[in-house]
Amino acid sequence: MSSASAEEAQTVVAARRLENARSVFIGVGRPSTAAILARMVHNPDLVLVYESGTIGAKPFHIPLSIGDGELAQTADFVVSVPEMFNYWIGAGRIDVAFLGAAQVDRYANLNSTVIGDYDQPKTRLPGAGGAPEIACGCGEVVVIAPHNPRTLVEKLDFVTTVGQGDGPGARERLGFRGAGPTALITDLGVLEPDPETCELTLTAIMDGVAVADVAAATGWDLRVADAIAVVEPPREDELGALRELLGR
Amino acid sequence: MAELLPLPDAIDQLIGDGDSVALEGFTHLIPFAAGHELIRQGRVELELIRMTPDIIYDQLIGVGAARKLVFSYGGNPGVGSLHRFRDAIEHGWPRPLEIEEHTHAGMANRYQAGAADLPFGVMRGYRGNDLAEHTRVAFIDCPFTGERLAAVPALRPDVAVIHAQEADRAGNVQLWGIPGVQKEAVLAAERSLVTVERIVDQLEPRPGGVVIPAWVIDVVALAPGGSQPSYSLGITERDNGFYKEWDVISRDRDTFTAWIDEHVRGAVPAR
Repeated sequence: MSSASAEEAQTVVAARRLENARSVFIGVGRPSTAAILARMVHNPDLVLVYESGTIGAKPFHIPLSIGDGELAQTADFVVSVPEMFNYWIGAGRIDVAFLGAAQVDRYANLNSTVIGDYDQPKTRLPGAGGAPEIACGCGEVVVIAPHNPRTLVEKLDFVTTVGQGDGPGARERLGFRGAGPTALITDLGVLEPDPETCELTLTAIMDGVAVADVAAATGWDLRVADAIAVVEPPREDELGALRELLGR
Repeated sequence: MAELLPLPDAIDQLIGDGDSVALEGFTHLIPFAAGHELIRQGRVELELIRMTPDIIYDQLIGVGAARKLVFSYGGNPGVGSLHRFRDAIEHGWPRPLEIEEHTHAGMANRYQAGAADLPFGVMRGYRGNDLAEHTRVAFIDCPFTGERLAAVPALRPDVAVIHAQEADRAGNVQLWGIPGVQKEAVLAAERSLVTVERIVDQLEPRPGGVVIPAWVIDVVALAPGGSQPSYSLGITERDNGFYKEWDVISRDRDTFTAWIDEHVRGAVPAR
């Protein structure tokens, strides 16, 4: 088997994060692929929750949209949008949420609304969707994003979703439940909030990546953990399952 | 009691220029046939309301039918941008588009408040983000616990339009699969239209089926395949290929207009 690409490694690392979770909230794209992979390899009982209202979905294929028929047909049950957000997300019944964003800052706050000025946007992005309430209701959030200075920025153009706010105590002051973002998984490594400052700190790098490269690809002055780990490269069973899934 | 009408007559009777209109369906059961009929009949100045504008509102925005858009996620699901939506907001083409955006939870609670005939919905959310200052939300203290909560104004569209799998001859409707926010939209709206895949003698209860009685619906119209390229679970399948194709069709103004002329304006209305 050929060695893993950076994107494959990112997906595998995200999937490992779900080894002990009961439930995960996911959108489409890499988060969904990672969660399906986690069910295949690590955690067959993992409950996949898609925003469309499908709870306990068991898709065989990677869905294009959160509303694909296969998700509804394989779900344990299907709920309305108000029920999804009020009973399941808002009430804190989902363990982990995977979120993406166009911009992420050092406190894992997210922008998915606009690049440039809100009223005169350079690029209008899709908008909030469910992310703000998912991030304040779920047990923890794992952010999945590509690692480059346009994505990991010093200052967001727009705060769509509050992660760790402006640092220690921010979430408590806002009345949020859950831990908020506990990791940012990129194609270069893993960043986790510092226990004291809440600032995203590089705690692990992908095999073959240099710390200097990660710092150069980060739009803020990146803090690096004293004891930095190297991520275990995708094992054959993980990579085999991922490639099989992508080929379905 | 709901009246059974051909789709063109239903649109003509229920939706006028300038109305606030919610065509709902969360990825599933999106009422494309009704949206296309709005384009054929040349409605303008609409306030379009929908959690996920999707391709259907990209088309209505691209032909200039909308004055305002109320929404919570304006992307092409799983594909990327909605190019007509972006062109309207970024460049004012073919006309400037006023926007009022919320989160999904905000929109869901707004519909629910509308359905319950309450003035607002209450939820945890919007705190600490930049959206709060750009949208209609207020913060209140719970009278029982003192907790700071977000209040969102009830949505009361002039008209709700949804698509369902079936109706009986009296106009009772049943839909199943992903139920989205359609029941709330119908109950929140002043008037409502349900397009259906088929008319049956008797509704047969389905697992997870949502029944909406004829006496809260104004008009039912037959529109087989009327949710394509989205889908009606058990009857049609989501055309994922078209969602990808739309990225190409909609990227360019002329290609978009030619597509609308050929496939919407040039199509024979369902009778």
